[in-house]
Amino acid sequence: MTEQSTGHRLMMQFAAPVGAVILSVVASAFILMIAGSNPITAYGDMLGHAFKLETSVSMINRATPLYISGVAAAVGFKMNIFNIGVEGQYRMAAIFAAYIGGAVALPTVLHIALILLVAVAVGGVWAGVAGVLNTERGVNIVISTIMLNGIALGIIAWLVRKWQAEGEIVVVGVGTEPIDDSGLIPNLNFIPDLFGDIRSEELTGVLVIAILIGVSYHVLLNRTVFGYDLRSSGLNPLAARAGGVPPKRMVMIAMLMSGSIGGLVGIAEIMDKGRYDPNFVGFLGFNGISVALLGRNHPAGIAVGALLWAFLDASSDILQVTGAAPKEIVDIMRGVILLTAVIGYEIVRRIRVREEAAQAAARLAEVSA
Amino acid sequence: MALAIELTGITKRFPGVVANDDVNLAVEAGEIHAICGENGAGKSTLMKILYGMQGADEGEMRVNGEVVEFTSPGEAIDAGIGMVHQHFMLASQLSVLENVILGAEPMKSGNRINIAEAKEHLAEVGEAYGLTIDPDDLVETLEVGEKQRVEIIKVLYRGARILILDEPTAVLVPDEVDELFRNMRELKAAGTTILFIDHKLEEVLEIADSITVLRQGKTVATVQPGDVTTGDLAELMVGSELPTPDTTESTVTDETALTIDGLTVLDEDKRPAVDDVSLRVHRGEIVGVAGVEGNGQSELVAAIMGTDDAVSGTISLLGTDITNVSVRTRREAGIGYIPQDRQSEGLLLEAPLWENAALGHQTKQPFSSGPWFNRAGARQRTEEIRDQFDVRTPDIDVSAHALSGGNQQKLIVGREMSASPELLIAAHPTRGIDVGAQAAVWEEIRTARGTGMATLLISADLDELIGLSDTIVVMYKGRLVAELDPATTTPRELGSYMTGAALDEEVGS
Repeated sequence: MTEQSTGHRLMMQFAAPVGAVILSVVASAFILMIAGSNPITAYGDMLGHAFKLETSVSMINRATPLYISGVAAAVGFKMNIFNIGVEGQYRMAAIFAAYIGGAVALPTVLHIALILLVAVAVGGVWAGVAGVLNTERGVNIVISTIMLNGIALGIIAWLVRKWQAEGEIVVVGVGTEPIDDSGLIPNLNFIPDLFGDIRSEELTGVLVIAILIGVSYHVLLNRTVFGYDLRSSGLNPLAARAGGVPPKRMVMIAMLMSGSIGGLVGIAEIMDKGRYDPNFVGFLGFNGISVALLGRNHPAGIAVGALLWAFLDASSDILQVTGAAPKEIVDIMRGVILLTAVIGYEIVRRIRVREEAAQAAARLAEVSA
Repeated sequence: MALAIELTGITKRFPGVVANDDVNLAVEAGEIHAICGENGAGKSTLMKILYGMQGADEGEMRVNGEVVEFTSPGEAIDAGIGMVHQHFMLASQLSVLENVILGAEPMKSGNRINIAEAKEHLAEVGEAYGLTIDPDDLVETLEVGEKQRVEIIKVLYRGARILILDEPTAVLVPDEVDELFRNMRELKAAGTTILFIDHKLEEVLEIADSITVLRQGKTVATVQPGDVTTGDLAELMVGSELPTPDTTESTVTDETALTIDGLTVLDEDKRPAVDDVSLRVHRGEIVGVAGVEGNGQSELVAAIMGTDDAVSGTISLLGTDITNVSVRTRREAGIGYIPQDRQSEGLLLEAPLWENAALGHQTKQPFSSGPWFNRAGARQRTEEIRDQFDVRTPDIDVSAHALSGGNQQKLIVGREMSASPELLIAAHPTRGIDVGAQAAVWEEIRTARGTGMATLLISADLDELIGLSDTIVVMYKGRLVAELDPATTTPRELGSYMTGAALDEEVGS
């Protein structure tokens, strides 16, 4: 009975995301046909490309910052907060971390630690502004973080121009002063080297940080009293308050945590380029929200979501090369997956509620009979 | 005189309860008719039926002599009935005029609102009924009494000749009540029929032309204010017989568990909801707080739990001052809490039972050790609670919302009692649960009392209060107005204190 219900529960868990992917594949096939492309060729190109070692490494590289961003959003979601500001938080964190990293010379471990610390601190402070506005003045966090995103982009544009004018940004290959090798996290090329010889892609060392973040997130949330406080406050702030969890403090802590983790989103790019340049990758914050939604804020689910997003990114590249389909099909697929998954989760939730109520009612009848 | 409203044999059943049981009501045109009764006597249900918000299962309604059957408030409005709810339904960012015409805007060509006509009509209404208010004022700038006047004007503007006012004085200060009564008399002079719900008896006697009393869903009597005193009314509301207290031996000790001195708590409008309250609960004692809801009981509870701030006064638990410590510290010091609304304040509905069993106790054994949450310990304790308190559930992994209300309550009671609290704050611990579960909850509280637990019991159920309490205090308008012995108190006495009637008699004599 129990085993059967465990299996049933697992199936219910995966029904929505798997169904969403299938539906998106089918829907996109129709769109491709209407657009005059052959969906089988297009899908063949995408999958064939993905299973190449180089592409796999590139997918993991792309998934790494997405995963960190997804966890940052998930921390907020668990507390019932929609931190839409990871976008601004990671960009602010990245430019300051790169600037300071390029300005100092330190032994390697200290140098890396300093860069990470600056990223965490700046991300946390930027999110903390929204936290303070909410707890002290009741400002809606969605609104304030959107505004803070705009402010962050403005500040960054202004800083870049100022540094350019002062000559602090080197003209050759525009960007902040390059970080010395001592400040760069070493790559993990020894892992792909086990499978074959690739030179065009390096496996990012930030992957280790992402995994550590995922594990800590899981342990903190599920195995500590603090995690219990956070989740209960997110589920029912009134009941949590009566149970001794102050809601305002939890909002503040959740924002600080979300922002601090968000601050690390840009680290992979900094380590790759050794500096912050004006072409710094964008939209990782917003995509992180998608990934967190898709992964139901679960540390492993977010990882699957991040890899799926990275796969679609890589597919967009190959479709441009082979011309089997317009690359925009990838955006359509993302949209369909996200929308159907979110709707699917809600349907599954309602079915579960009904099933549980029916079981409980049956149990009542059984006992009183 | 013709009858404006005549209800005969109105019956309304909800699963498990009969809210209205063969209710008869006759309201003459142009009179002010009061409906009195305790919480849960069926007043609101009756008004909802009359206003078309709910259908009656049985019975007949006549308005101005004609048989009617409303399926929506719109039909009631068309028949000339208007209702002013206790909680205002106004858009605070709009002006008085805009609020009044909202949904009934006079139009002119080009699909535009005819503001001039609306203003004119509003002025006519104001003049006819003697209600003055500036139509251009923003609603958010108005006082509570003025907002209520806007609500009344709103229904009059729609042509209502019969007004239903749901506890109109509950939100008002005395000056505003006088103003409301002046307005009501003018409305009556202009020919309006007013039906109003109230349980402040001195007010009822002052303003009403006749009074109908409901008790447990039935009409008990219709009386004229000249023929009765507030004491008579209180007795009609509470009933002529009180349950006899349980004759278990007293376990009250000399040791004080909860000490409250001069406690004052303010409500949202900065008015004192709890006003200079002092109270002692000893170990092994159950102190029952009686009172009509909304007289400061929930604020008193919140202040003891620490979710509401005390502006003055002190609270101490077993001799330790806890006035300014956090909720968590209080719970760790041994305060158990059964909240009045289990779903909003007691449970995480979306979380499994074993997580719910930890709520409020998550910092203590067996739910945690140090910073680490102990899942195995929590699950084990939940199974113990399930077995000992007979929580009917398929397993402890189902979400709390799957359980019936009674089983949810048993889970909460089990959670609090299994932590062996020094002090239990029980707010309506058996509300909305079946008789069997009720008896089980009472037995648990009695047993724990025998082992030295102090209990502050807040309840609207007189059976519960008299059956369980060693001492009963009565709360009225934020103050403790009486301390009674449940063995010797009479319905008249209890009712008089609960409705404030006793105070008026004392002042009058």
